[in-house]
Amino acid sequence: MAFLEIDQLRKRFGTTEILKGVDLTLDKGGFLVLVGPSGCGKSTLLNTIAGLESISSGEIRIEGQRINDLHPSKRDIAMVFQSYALYPNMSVAENMAFGMEMRGVPKPDRDKALASVAKTLQIEHLMSRRPGQLSGGQRQRVAMGRALVRQPRVFLFDEPLSNLDAKLRVDMRLEIKRLHQQTGTTVVYVTHDQIEAMTLATRIAVLKDGELQQVGTPAEVYNFPANLFVADFMGSPSMNLLEGTVSRSGGQANIVFIRTDYAPIVVPAPASADETKLSDGAKVIFGIRPEAVNDSESVDRNAKSVARFAANVEIVEPAGSDTFVVTHVAGKEVTARMRADANVRVGQNCAFAFNLDKAVLFDPVTSRRL
Amino acid sequence: MSAADRILAAPSLEPARHSLITRVFIYGLLTLFALVYIVPLVVMVNTSLKPLDEVTGGNMFALPQHLTFQPWIKAWGEARIGVSETAGISGYFLNSIKMVVPAVLISTMLGALNGYVLTKWRFPGHALVFGMMLFACFIPFQSVIIPMAVILGMLGHFGNQLQDATGWSFGLGNSTVNLVIVHVVYGLGFTTLFFRNYYEAFPSELVKAAMMDGAGFFQIFRRILLPNSMPIIIVTVIYQFTNIWNDFLFGSTFAAGDQSPMTVALNNLVNTSTGVTEYNVNMAAAIIAAAPTLFVYVVAGRYFVRGLMAGAVKG
Repeated sequence: MAFLEIDQLRKRFGTTEILKGVDLTLDKGGFLVLVGPSGCGKSTLLNTIAGLESISSGEIRIEGQRINDLHPSKRDIAMVFQSYALYPNMSVAENMAFGMEMRGVPKPDRDKALASVAKTLQIEHLMSRRPGQLSGGQRQRVAMGRALVRQPRVFLFDEPLSNLDAKLRVDMRLEIKRLHQQTGTTVVYVTHDQIEAMTLATRIAVLKDGELQQVGTPAEVYNFPANLFVADFMGSPSMNLLEGTVSRSGGQANIVFIRTDYAPIVVPAPASADETKLSDGAKVIFGIRPEAVNDSESVDRNAKSVARFAANVEIVEPAGSDTFVVTHVAGKEVTARMRADANVRVGQNCAFAFNLDKAVLFDPVTSRRL
Repeated sequence: MSAADRILAAPSLEPARHSLITRVFIYGLLTLFALVYIVPLVVMVNTSLKPLDEVTGGNMFALPQHLTFQPWIKAWGEARIGVSETAGISGYFLNSIKMVVPAVLISTMLGALNGYVLTKWRFPGHALVFGMMLFACFIPFQSVIIPMAVILGMLGHFGNQLQDATGWSFGLGNSTVNLVIVHVVYGLGFTTLFFRNYYEAFPSELVKAAMMDGAGFFQIFRRILLPNSMPIIIVTVIYQFTNIWNDFLFGSTFAAGDQSPMTVALNNLVNTSTGVTEYNVNMAAAIIAAAPTLFVYVVAGRYFVRGLMAGAVKG
């Protein structure tokens, strides 16, 4: 039995269904990130766990206890809101102690809990200030402190970093990760930022239009996306998706990319794909991450299967740590991630290499991975 | 002012010289209107400080030659009001205070509670309820007088029964209590409107956070909403205080004789048909009648505009 279990959760507003039967589980101490484009229902899902929104059908359990109909305050859950939702009329200390005060925790115990959390978050010097006198990062800390101090069973984060500037966001991301490692709490975290999802999660759930697309570890979701949506959504720059045709000859399946400017590229079917599903002449979508597209020399030496081809360089984007090189294959743009000092120029005919160990195939009709 | 600000501000100095005429025009107009508003007050204060022969015999702008506070003393404690036996307006002033303070407090609190429910605890049909409450803002005073009188009559009757049964009428049937009820009911539309619009822009996440923190309906209201409602509370209090204090129609209809509010007493004093019209006493009484609203404006007025804006832009 998992710590947090969600069964066939449905949520309707009038006739529109926001959540269409979501099943999720999370173990104690896990960090589940709900990720998806805006309007996919991830915040609604979080609010139903919190009890701030009712559910139409399904069940939510914590430690086996059904919490569907429990009032938010009875669920032993704390939430960090996108706007932080700090009470403007109270000092930082009062903000953090409010939940304990409402629950009738005696003052000495409150003060003790406050002191220890303030120390963990390094906000001791801010305790007497009002939220209006704090910077964005400090408010973020206080909001986390308010959740931490209650020692709830589950923490909910609703896009907590989206109001911060880029640099602070990276710092706070690290902070949250450290905090999770230190305290070992169970977290459900909503974001639309796939990098946040990758870096923080022990489990990622990708949502689209109220339906779960894939649930898995960050590596699973990244390397073996369940469908085209996940493939495209996770990763930046996003996965290269090329249209190809299966060609079978002697027990071996190959993928052929027809090119108008050069001879067709023929690559062996990636090991990740189920060969039995590849019938001769079938159309497939070939997905490969930019980091698995290299120049001929710098391709991973341990790769079991590599396909090489030549193509024209169209755009070179130096990003400091890497250089992104854009070319065209079979009518689609392909981004390759090369070493920062890769010697490529626009217009040059360059030797590229696909690391096929990292490639995946999708069915263009169902959009599922083969 | 920093160097950058100076550079930015510099171009505006050029057109300033051009618009000298505009400026004279604007300030002239402002001065004119300020005079229009200040002259009556000056005349009133001036007149109230003169003996009667100086008032009847002289120019109303002429400063008092024999400065006297006798008209004020007379207005407050000695003047005969209508046919009443009570001397001076002091008793009526107290009547008004006894009416206005509870009426303002109750209607403001109820308005805040209504606004809270209508924005943060929405129920099916909340828009309809709010629409109907808004109706109260548009109903003319005159049209509710007779139904109101009927209801107050029933309450008075009920009060008598309570009196017989328990020995205490709970104030029902008393003129001041009646006026408080009337003003609370009539003011509720406005106070609800003010608070609903203010709380509409109040972040709901705060309410949700408090809910998760374990605060109940009234705890959220008292600990989270109210402490952050100062601007709108001040607006509502000023608005309600001014309206209720200045009301004449309800006061003259539902309160009689010694229980009349200040406005009715002032009318009875000024409209007396016997004897000489004591303008200086009338003026003093009128200033006393207007003083509380003036006082409230002076003390809390700067919040008034700010609060009205806060409600108006979002909502």
